[in-house]
Amino acid sequence: MYLCKYAVRRTEHNAHSIVPMVFVVTFAVLFSANSMNTTYVPADYLPVLIQLGLVLGFIVTTMIVTHNIGPKRNSQKKDDPFECGIPVQGDARTPISIKYFLIAILFVIFDVEVIFLYPWAVNFKGLGVAGFVEMILFMGLLLAGFYYIIRKGVLKWE
Amino acid sequence: MASDIKLAEAPPSYDGAGFSATSFDKIIGLARANSLWPLPFATSCCGIEFMSTMASHYDLARFGSERPSFSPRQADMLLVAGTIAKKMGPILKQVYLQMAEPRWVIAIGACASSGGIFDTYSVLQGIDRIIPVDVYVPGCPPRPEQILDGVMQVQELAKNESLRRRNTEEYTKLLNSYSIQ
Repeated sequence: MYLCKYAVRRTEHNAHSIVPMVFVVTFAVLFSANSMNTTYVPADYLPVLIQLGLVLGFIVTTMIVTHNIGPKRNSQKKDDPFECGIPVQGDARTPISIKYFLIAILFVIFDVEVIFLYPWAVNFKGLGVAGFVEMILFMGLLLAGFYYIIRKGVLKWE
Repeated sequence: MASDIKLAEAPPSYDGAGFSATSFDKIIGLARANSLWPLPFATSCCGIEFMSTMASHYDLARFGSERPSFSPRQADMLLVAGTIAKKMGPILKQVYLQMAEPRWVIAIGACASSGGIFDTYSVLQGIDRIIPVDVYVPGCPPRPEQILDGVMQVQELAKNESLRRRNTEEYTKLLNSYSIQ
């Protein structure tokens, strides 16, 4: 039951996870049935096939219909990658240095840390000593990580 | 609190117990009019007025233009705010071409509408020389209220547009006159 709920909530965020959701739901149902019945025949898996067929049918139909009912205007310029209107230089699918990724991920981590600091600072008096100690612990853990990435030389950009 | 929220007016419909029937035209028009994503193309002082229009005081988001799009791919409404030099012309046209249909264009201010005071060799005398414009907002620069009025005019256009308009011969002819296929 928990699995089903989780799967349904996931689909609200990401339409692409419809197929995994159906599998999770179907297997959850199968497992609950198998706890009572230890023998199963291939026909027991028919619901999986039906679900799969429905899912594929829904996706394919939706794709075909949405691609055909809307107004559309295609041209060479329309299909060019968007570069703020200036002539395109090269291909949009070029490899990018891993350094950008590392910096971006580290930025996100420390950005979230700062976001935590704001509500803590607002409720500083209300949280008392316990809140202060917890925040010191939290900051300490993150600063240890910060020390680690500096020692590893991640932030060195040559 | 909830009573402060003003909902978009529903189109005339045939109502019964548990259902409401209306035409596709009206319901799609309603959705389009209240979710016009703007693509700001700001080049000068009108752009400053547009920043104010987007910000909290005038709050363009009230009209469903919640998300200024800085890529033409998801934008519905191109807002050209400012003087467009002739060198900028092809760039503006390219941005317009890369927007998905249906698309609307607002020329904000005297310069975008007609070249304004810059009646010189280097300035495009109105963006309607290169792309079709739906709404012109006068002023040098216009106040944010005027820009909002322009956006509301586009909302009216979107609300009342026939679903077939973008496939009509008339529309194709209009685009062909700007040499857009």
